[in-house]
Amino acid sequence: MSVLVFTENWDGKFKKMSFELVSYASKIAEMLNTQTVVLSIGDVQEDELKKLGNYAADKIVSVNNDKLKNLDNQVYTSVIAEVATKEEATVVIIAQNNMGKALAPRLSVKLKAGLGAGVSKLPASVEPFTIFKKVYSGKAYSNVVIKSDVKILTLAQNSFEFEENVKSPAIENFEATIGDVKTTVSNVQKQTGKILLNDAEIVVSGGRGMKSGEQWAPIEELAELLGAATACSRPVSDEGWRPHEEHTGQTGKIIAPNLYIAAGISGAIQHLAGISSSKCIVAINTDKDAPIFEAADYGIIGDAAKILPDFIEAVKEIK
Amino acid sequence: MKILICLSNVPDTTTKAKFVNDNTAFDTTGVQWIINPWDELALTRAIELKSDAANSIDNITVITVGGKDAEPTMRKALAIGADDAVRVDAEPKDAYYVAAQIAEYLKSNPFDLIFSGIESADYNGSAVGGMIAEFLNIPSISAVSKMNIENGQVNITREIDGGTEDVTSELPVVSIVQKGIAKEPMIAAMRGIMMARKKPLNVVAPVEIEALTEIVNFELPQAKPACKMIEPENVKELVSLLQNEAKVI
Repeated sequence: MSVLVFTENWDGKFKKMSFELVSYASKIAEMLNTQTVVLSIGDVQEDELKKLGNYAADKIVSVNNDKLKNLDNQVYTSVIAEVATKEEATVVIIAQNNMGKALAPRLSVKLKAGLGAGVSKLPASVEPFTIFKKVYSGKAYSNVVIKSDVKILTLAQNSFEFEENVKSPAIENFEATIGDVKTTVSNVQKQTGKILLNDAEIVVSGGRGMKSGEQWAPIEELAELLGAATACSRPVSDEGWRPHEEHTGQTGKIIAPNLYIAAGISGAIQHLAGISSSKCIVAINTDKDAPIFEAADYGIIGDAAKILPDFIEAVKEIK
Repeated sequence: MKILICLSNVPDTTTKAKFVNDNTAFDTTGVQWIINPWDELALTRAIELKSDAANSIDNITVITVGGKDAEPTMRKALAIGADDAVRVDAEPKDAYYVAAQIAEYLKSNPFDLIFSGIESADYNGSAVGGMIAEFLNIPSISAVSKMNIENGQVNITREIDGGTEDVTSELPVVSIVQKGIAKEPMIAAMRGIMMARKKPLNVVAPVEIEALTEIVNFELPQAKPACKMIEPENVKELVSLLQNEAKVI
């Protein structure tokens, strides 16, 4: 028996999400009195793989093959399933990100394993296996029992405090059976040097109250100063002031940074659904009755365009 | 080419979540039901693609798993421009159950392109599309933000961490779509609404499938403490609170 955790890599490196996953999996393994096995797919060097041992991985299985260079959901799913079966995993943990959302449902069918999508804390019990997850886009939560023998959980990003617990896991290079690749990937475009919205610990976000796309300089400057990502509300991306990748809210990105600064955002229920898991929310808005103040921890009533420059100055003073 | 769109009938996105029966059931009192927003974008893109004769799309079918109360939403999809609709007559138990029902339908009614929204606004499982693909052992592409057809070949752009990549796939394929796939959802015109009444809405019986998960109950989020207000001329104080009290900068 084991708890299997799959982590992707980013150009051969792991990131915080990987350690959150391994740490989370090791806690479940403790609850089940079993070991934590990590699966890495792709070209990752041994010293990078060893880092996973810092978060209580007991064993690392590394699968590398040229056919796995690009993500083919079907092929990746069969590799994870093969390793899950080999390691007799009763729980499989995957990230609730683009790749995880693409693979977990397929794996659920392949292993006939119930899926708990987007968990943010440990199961309340393992017998019955009861998880706690957001529903209605964060307007509520539900307690869900997974009834199948094997369970699959996807873990929401930045939701679980990972802990160091150093072990020296054995690394096994495993030759998995690679099926037919039916998809072809080309023209990969990646922004470099920019903090990704989903990874960001701080997010500075603007709404219609910023009045036009030309007014974004203070948002960007503040973000730069704080090492934050930039985001926006739906009307802003609909108007084309900002790219739709920045839209946070129910139908855009759902994020959970440590600090979310909402400038000129009124806080429609759909917007709040996307940001309400943030650990601290600051709202700047001219309308004292704007719903954003109900979700916020700190608020200033005023015009964001006037307040942001002062904000920038004040941050400069402490940096 | 035939397109199938998996639709979910969900509460309007402005709905406040309330529960009844000891927090075991969603309170549907006064709720407006809509096509799940991502499914609506998928439908919009399918209609746009069909309007170009060069794409040779013969038919757009919408399918849902739900009770009779889902029919107004299906009629709405027909009014927007779907050609026919299928309702698998069962209460959706979980994503696995729903996907199994749709996969079963697809086994005897093949389609080339299957669309599903990246998640549903109710259970947020992001699951049905990928599950259907696995049941049928066909490719799936997730987080799709663009889709075109060229010489019978489907060209897809999907979002990856910090960027995009272009993907082509053998058909049939399940395309799991997100924001960007269509600009704005199409709205039904009066003519469409009239025509929708005559379009076929077929009801099929479900197959026996056991759900793998079960909701025990719901909880509402805990009320947040009141927002601490800071005077606009005291931005320094705010920054100091963020640094020393909240410890987030």
